[in-house]
Amino acid sequence: MTQFLIRRTFWAAFLFVAASIITYVLFFVIPSCPACLAAGKAATPEIVARINHSLHLDLPIYQQYWLFVWNLIRHGSFGYSYVTGTPVRTLLSTEIPVTASVVFGGVILYLAIAIPTGVISALRPRSIMDRLGMVFVLFGISAPSVWVGLMLLYLVGFRLGWTPINDYCSPIPTHQLGNCGGLWPWASHLILPWITLAVGSAALYTRLIRANVMETMSEDYVRTARAKGASPTRVLIQHVLRNSMLQVVTILGMDLGLLLGGVLFIEIVFGLPGLGAEILQANGRFDLPVIVGITMFLCLSVIVFNFLVDILYAWLDPRIRLT
Amino acid sequence: MALLEVQDLHTRFRTDDGIVQAVSGVSFELDRGQTLGVVGESGSGKSVTFLSVMGLHDKRQAEMTGSVRFDNQEILGLSTNQLRHIRGKRIGMIFQDPMTSLNPVKKIGWQLEEAVLIHNDVPRSEARRRAIEVLEEVEIPKAETRVDDYAHQFSGGMRQRVMIAMALINQPEILIADEPTTALDVTTQAQILRLMEKLQEDHGMAIVMITHDLGVVAELADDVVVMYGGRIVESSKVDDLFVKPEMPYTWGLLGSLPRVDVDVERLEQIPGQPPSLLRPPRGCAFNPRCAYTFDRCREELPELRPAEGKNDHYFRCHLDEGDRARIWAEKQAAMAPAGAESAA
Repeated sequence: MTQFLIRRTFWAAFLFVAASIITYVLFFVIPSCPACLAAGKAATPEIVARINHSLHLDLPIYQQYWLFVWNLIRHGSFGYSYVTGTPVRTLLSTEIPVTASVVFGGVILYLAIAIPTGVISALRPRSIMDRLGMVFVLFGISAPSVWVGLMLLYLVGFRLGWTPINDYCSPIPTHQLGNCGGLWPWASHLILPWITLAVGSAALYTRLIRANVMETMSEDYVRTARAKGASPTRVLIQHVLRNSMLQVVTILGMDLGLLLGGVLFIEIVFGLPGLGAEILQANGRFDLPVIVGITMFLCLSVIVFNFLVDILYAWLDPRIRLT
Repeated sequence: MALLEVQDLHTRFRTDDGIVQAVSGVSFELDRGQTLGVVGESGSGKSVTFLSVMGLHDKRQAEMTGSVRFDNQEILGLSTNQLRHIRGKRIGMIFQDPMTSLNPVKKIGWQLEEAVLIHNDVPRSEARRRAIEVLEEVEIPKAETRVDDYAHQFSGGMRQRVMIAMALINQPEILIADEPTTALDVTTQAQILRLMEKLQEDHGMAIVMITHDLGVVAELADDVVVMYGGRIVESSKVDDLFVKPEMPYTWGLLGSLPRVDVDVERLEQIPGQPPSLLRPPRGCAFNPRCAYTFDRCREELPELRPAEGKNDHYFRCHLDEGDRARIWAEKQAAMAPAGAESAA
């Protein structure tokens, strides 16, 4: 276990360095002029040069990279946005909760749909439930999430007026003017994004769980359990479920990491100030510190989720040892 | 009254290609404490027969008719919930592949305890005590620590011992062993067979030994049933079958059995493939592979009939008594011990 942790930490550090270098190199390969954007339309070359100097953009790339690493290690700082001057850390700390709310809420929702649907359709193949499940799966896979989001927004949010149509609320109650907070406002702002995220993924996971449960049901040890006199419920809960969740856990781990950076469409459709919306904006403005900061965070979350998956995997399947 | 009486059992499977007639009119009896050997090659219907007895087929695909009476009670067609009280409690079953027949994510002890707890209202500590006891009985060293190991920490032979322990933990009246030694190496096979013999002496349960290995049958069984193409083609006392088998398929099986006392260049083999149960051949199912086929074999299914002068030896074959006696005598001469020939 200790050896596993040491190796994992080493890999995490390596991935971090690699990801940040790649982000830096890519940024400088693309012809860009962040200073021109920061200086405005009527900027003279002198102003641009001055801004370039103050942002250290006139330094060679390796020195800029070193400056970034030094600030990160020495001050725990990702630097400041070229455009707004806001510390990247502040941006991250306000945007991560938004994106995390969308992702985790959505994931919980789609698992809550996919696990029962998948298991039921596996136990009763070709039944009405199974066929309805498959229709739902087909719909979910075929419908792009942007379209689903817009339709929900128009029908539920605008025509029916049941939910707010944009923005984000903190789950922590606040008394500040102009800020909303509290569990219910938070959930009501996020319910449509959650559904949008869940539709496509629930479909995929239903299929995955259905296939895995069906495969596990045909395993020899399931027959052994039935020959022992175990009831169908006992067979399902004690012998089938845990064994059929291995692959689901792997894919879930990868998905969580990817979704944190990948719910960009949903954030934009629902006007949520999350990481995805921010990185899109930062890309357009050549805002290197913001891009690097968010990339680093996404990199970290992929590493963390993979780590959690490995731990969970070893717990689910005793044949796997963490060495 | 026999403990288990199977009458005219038919098992069909609905598949995408059509109806598979896996078992056709199988009848046999099993007494308390008796050992029945069931022999046949893959696809002969021997496993399917006993999975039908246990009701372990998927009800959506399998269709069973006939009668299975266990301890004077009809059990064919009982619901899963009714059968549950017989499975694992009064009839135990072990399977061919011990590598895959144990749950990989649960401790051995847990799986043994489960078998106890399903059928008995006892605390877990008592179930655990019984689990350790039965592991000792199947001769697993350091049972009290191995009980907390997982299946992958055991060798194949040890896993089969665990399977036997699990099947025996509730003291069943019948143990159905579906090719229990096929996946094991030869020395381990012998150990497992000896263990089963010993356990039978201690507990007096009846054993059904499903196998394709006549050597196993010779060693353990009292009676033997030979299956081919979903039907019983010969049944008799085990000694009688080895002394005077009555039909060509059994001759082939005996000819393909390696013997240390006979010096043969190569073992006889039965040519061809087992019959398709989706489209079985007309007449006798063995006729496409039989060396003695004549017109009647291709037209008419031979009935199960008694061997001459015996009431416990039945077989299916159209050849008449004279031909069968002559052919078997020739076969025996060919298989005679090498030493005997040189001495003469």
